[in-house]
Amino acid sequence: MSTTYETIANIIVETCDIPRDSITPESHAINDLGIDSLDFLDIAFAIDKAFGIKLPLEQWTQEVNDGKATTDQYFVLKNLAARIDELVAAKGA
Amino acid sequence: MRLEYFQLIDRIIDLNLADRKISSEATVPTASTIFEGHFPGYPLMPGVLLIEAMAQTSGWLVIAANRFERVPFLASVKEAKLRTFVTPGEVLSVEAQLMHEGSGYAVTKAKIVANGKPICDATLTLRVMDFPNAEMETEMRKLASRIGLALEAPVNG
Repeated sequence: MSTTYETIANIIVETCDIPRDSITPESHAINDLGIDSLDFLDIAFAIDKAFGIKLPLEQWTQEVNDGKATTDQYFVLKNLAARIDELVAAKGA
Repeated sequence: MRLEYFQLIDRIIDLNLADRKISSEATVPTASTIFEGHFPGYPLMPGVLLIEAMAQTSGWLVIAANRFERVPFLASVKEAKLRTFVTPGEVLSVEAQLMHEGSGYAVTKAKIVANGKPICDATLTLRVMDFPNAEMETEMRKLASRIGLALEAPVNG
């Protein structure tokens, strides 16, 4: 069974045509991989479907804009995987 | 259709929020300057306008689903297939199904049928955001009323 990170990495490969070997857990989706907001909608859709959740993109964006969070917390892939695991756990609680 | 205003949907035929579906009707005008160029001597409804008709129908579905709290804007078009030519005067049946409501976006599958013939279909992504200003919300509510979204269409669910 794939880890959450591996699932995310595979989604990015499929939706953004980014080579798999250029993606690491430390990659920042925006700053390192160059994924823009429109492409990230496709990624969010694929993640929502794969994990049965709703990534709170608007809440995250608001938190970053308000200075309450950094983009690293949500868009570095290992952190994104952790956020997804939290959402999946919350769904099952 | 009011092509000159880019308002392609004439009326909402059915809105079913339980099944997250909508259908609308759009009659292609018999005359328009668009047909003088597309194409001279062989008038055809441009495919991009068929896609726009699917996007507008999808948009009304999203607006209805969020009870006019927010407004969708077309963000991406995938797997668009234009299967059959559409000529002036044809009555189009436009259908959309809401596949997913994400945070700040929605995904629909939409299609157009005329006289039982498949015309086109596509998967659409719409960004969903707050109305940018009160004037737009007011005008969109008026338009919704005019095409029967709020007042005339049978709302199921």
